[in-house]
Amino acid sequence: MTNQWRRAAAVVAVAAMTLAACGTTPPAASSTPGASATVASKRGAGDDLKILYWQAPTILNAHLATGTKDSDAARLVTEPLASYGPDAKPLANGLAAEIPTVANGGVSADLLTVTWKLKQGVKWSDGTPFTADDVAFTFSLMADPKTAVSTSDAAEGVKSVVAKDANTVVVTYAAANPNIYQWGVGTCCYILQKKQFEAYQGEKLKDAPGNLKPIGTGPYVVDSFKSGDVVTYKMNDQFRDPNKPYFKSVTFKGGGDAPSAARAVFQTGDVDYAWNLQVEAGILKPMADTSSKGKLLTVYGSSVERILLNFADPSASLGDKRGEPDTKHPFFNGADGKIVRTALALATDRKTVAQQIYGDGLSGKPGCNIVTGVPDYESTATADFCSKFDTAAAGKMLDDAGWKLGSDNVRAKGGIKLSIVYQTTVNAVRQKTQDIMKKNWEAAGFKVELKSVPADVFFTNTSPDGANHFWADVEMFTNNSDPDFTNYLNGWTSKQATGKANNWNSANYNRYQNPAFDTIIDSLRSEKDPAKRATLFKQANDILILDVVIIPVVTRTQVTSGIANTLKNVVPTGWDSEMYAVQDFSK
Amino acid sequence: MAATDVEIARLPASVELKRPARSLWSDAWHQFRRHRLAMAGLFTFVTLVVFVLVGPLVYHTRIDNIDFTMSLKGPSPEHLFGTDDLGRDMLARAILGGRVSIAVGITSVLLAITLGLTIGALAGYFVKLDSPLMRLTDLFLSLPILPLLLVIVYLFRDSLRAAFGPELGIFLMIVGVIGILNWMPVARLVRASFLSLKQKEFVEAARAVGDPDSRIIMKHIIPNVLSPVLVAATIGVGGAILTESTLSFLGLGFPSDTPTWGRLLFDAKDYIDIAPHWAFFPGFLIFLTVLSINYVGDGLRDALDPRKTS
Repeated sequence: MTNQWRRAAAVVAVAAMTLAACGTTPPAASSTPGASATVASKRGAGDDLKILYWQAPTILNAHLATGTKDSDAARLVTEPLASYGPDAKPLANGLAAEIPTVANGGVSADLLTVTWKLKQGVKWSDGTPFTADDVAFTFSLMADPKTAVSTSDAAEGVKSVVAKDANTVVVTYAAANPNIYQWGVGTCCYILQKKQFEAYQGEKLKDAPGNLKPIGTGPYVVDSFKSGDVVTYKMNDQFRDPNKPYFKSVTFKGGGDAPSAARAVFQTGDVDYAWNLQVEAGILKPMADTSSKGKLLTVYGSSVERILLNFADPSASLGDKRGEPDTKHPFFNGADGKIVRTALALATDRKTVAQQIYGDGLSGKPGCNIVTGVPDYESTATADFCSKFDTAAAGKMLDDAGWKLGSDNVRAKGGIKLSIVYQTTVNAVRQKTQDIMKKNWEAAGFKVELKSVPADVFFTNTSPDGANHFWADVEMFTNNSDPDFTNYLNGWTSKQATGKANNWNSANYNRYQNPAFDTIIDSLRSEKDPAKRATLFKQANDILILDVVIIPVVTRTQVTSGIANTLKNVVPTGWDSEMYAVQDFSK
Repeated sequence: MAATDVEIARLPASVELKRPARSLWSDAWHQFRRHRLAMAGLFTFVTLVVFVLVGPLVYHTRIDNIDFTMSLKGPSPEHLFGTDDLGRDMLARAILGGRVSIAVGITSVLLAITLGLTIGALAGYFVKLDSPLMRLTDLFLSLPILPLLLVIVYLFRDSLRAAFGPELGIFLMIVGVIGILNWMPVARLVRASFLSLKQKEFVEAARAVGDPDSRIIMKHIIPNVLSPVLVAATIGVGGAILTESTLSFLGLGFPSDTPTWGRLLFDAKDYIDIAPHWAFFPGFLIFLTVLSINYVGDGLRDALDPRKTS
């Protein structure tokens, strides 16, 4: 469900900033992983690469994607200027010849403009030359509100993208942007062919035939596409690297569920690559451990399964004011708010969930920080707080504050009962987690009612059962950030508090409002020194954890896929599409 | 001698007179008792009901005792039905799950039968009502079930929850949803039988002696259409138990921590090669319930069939 989530939370995540933001230290471009390992590969030497996504792609224009499945299926054909590599830094395996930095003059010292040099001699799969005009055209589609593209966030705050000459593109931001790679890198910005889409601008974009059969610069071209079922590709004869791709064709099959996808790669060996094996460790581990056909491919990014505590009052009796930012939760946000929240965190058994349900490192480890995945930003101040799990101590803490156990084993004070509705998506892993939490929280004197909502409903901003409305007391899901966490953290600032006024489109579902936290995020917007930025990230993280706005449960692997033992040169990244380097795959 | 002869000849007649008055149901019971499979079915079903009702009073293990050291263990003296992946006792969960499943199965089918019988009877007997009621039936048959469920749940979940509490509220909602979505085949069945039966001589005879419509419907026709209805009902119980689990899976049913047989089976499906006992017990209990109700239905149909009365 992470993936629907990713889409829903694009508002927060896509426009995140990069550590490269600094005026003093130039951002480092990472080396190309896998590039050296693929020297021996020869174009078309392999037969058919079989990829299985248990959610089927329905469109192949990534700008109209409704989920990771669409965007990933499009990545085989269309490419961004650069990708985010495994080290969370930009990687020039796309259309850009090199990563622009302050040092090489590609990024202006005032962090306003980025000049991208494009690779020479790149051709579209129809044989016409690729030029900077195509890049500028793609931006114009993204910036046009009438196209209603799902990648529009990346174009926000971008003043212009101009083709300076055939091989140079200049991106200009409206204000100094520490996240200088906001536009052009990663899943936001797959470049479309101007010729193919020129006649379909504005509202007509959704009718473009190219949405189903895009012409691209990537290693493969679409051969046939049954929407909601299967995409077959053949190799792109015009691809710029004469030795790639290795496979003659690709079958990108969709459908089924995660456990059957796991069987297909580990037990029957029907497929070479099975995406997002979100399966309980109890099933996944024995399957992967005993498999002679496949192995698990995982990498950590910034994904954290977290529990959100509601600071607004979700009581239905409030009518129109239900869950509005100016209401106060009866026990999470009163005089005893912090005590009750801390007691809840203390009664949360992260270790057992990580060990038993996420397989102790198989697909997750105990969570503690919300800013995670980039070592420089990882806070250590929270470790002590997170390592504690003691339901008796939690009970005592509440007892001392006057929350006494009633005859029904539920604590109450002044007529207010510690009764919690705990919502999440329908998903076996999450329901097991709920069961464990309920047991422990009830031991501490809370009453817990579980609620599960189908993922597509849960991640809809207009749904009363959704994460955005958050008409419950606690809720649980996974979200992740881009390598720069500013915009991600912005999702807990006061003005982002979600409610009727913003049609529940803002990112602060908690309705947490803390001026001290807001100040830190404001500083992040202007701070350029990487060391100071790291300190600010840690401070923001520590507030969210120690003030118990969120309880991170498990730090999850960003990629949890299965690959055939024979498949080589698959280097996963936690910060971009899993297909970011599909041209390197070989056998 | 002659007097004695008369006495002997009169004796059977007097015995005949002493027999209690025969009714439809006493006849049916008499007939039913001869049906061995039906009696076996009834016995099994009653045992199951007693098992789920009395079980928690005798068997005290909690359903939410999480113990990972015991996870996925097969049946043992300590855990007769084994444990699930969180190490919870499956027997306790099966007992409690059975309460919900059997209650949902029977209540929702009763609702569906009542609705179906009423609408089918009215449509079949009264010519003027036939067309509107049958179009209503067609309307319900053509409703897309999933969006309808979403709407019903969206509209009623919170109000039912507020009115009856989380458990009873959701129970009523689920029973209502399953009942409301399953009466249409019964209504069609009943209407068809009514259309043919109301032309029969015994109905005309009843009308000739001045029986009102209500009496003709209740006394003369309904007993004759009961057999196909009962068969439909018994099949419906198994379907309702499984529909409930589908609803839970969509997040529209009971909260995920309320065990039901369908839910237990659903949770177990991915573990079927690692821990077959987990799926076996709830599956077997559903199987027993459905099978026993089917045999009871079979016996009832034979017992209620007037042509078979001896």
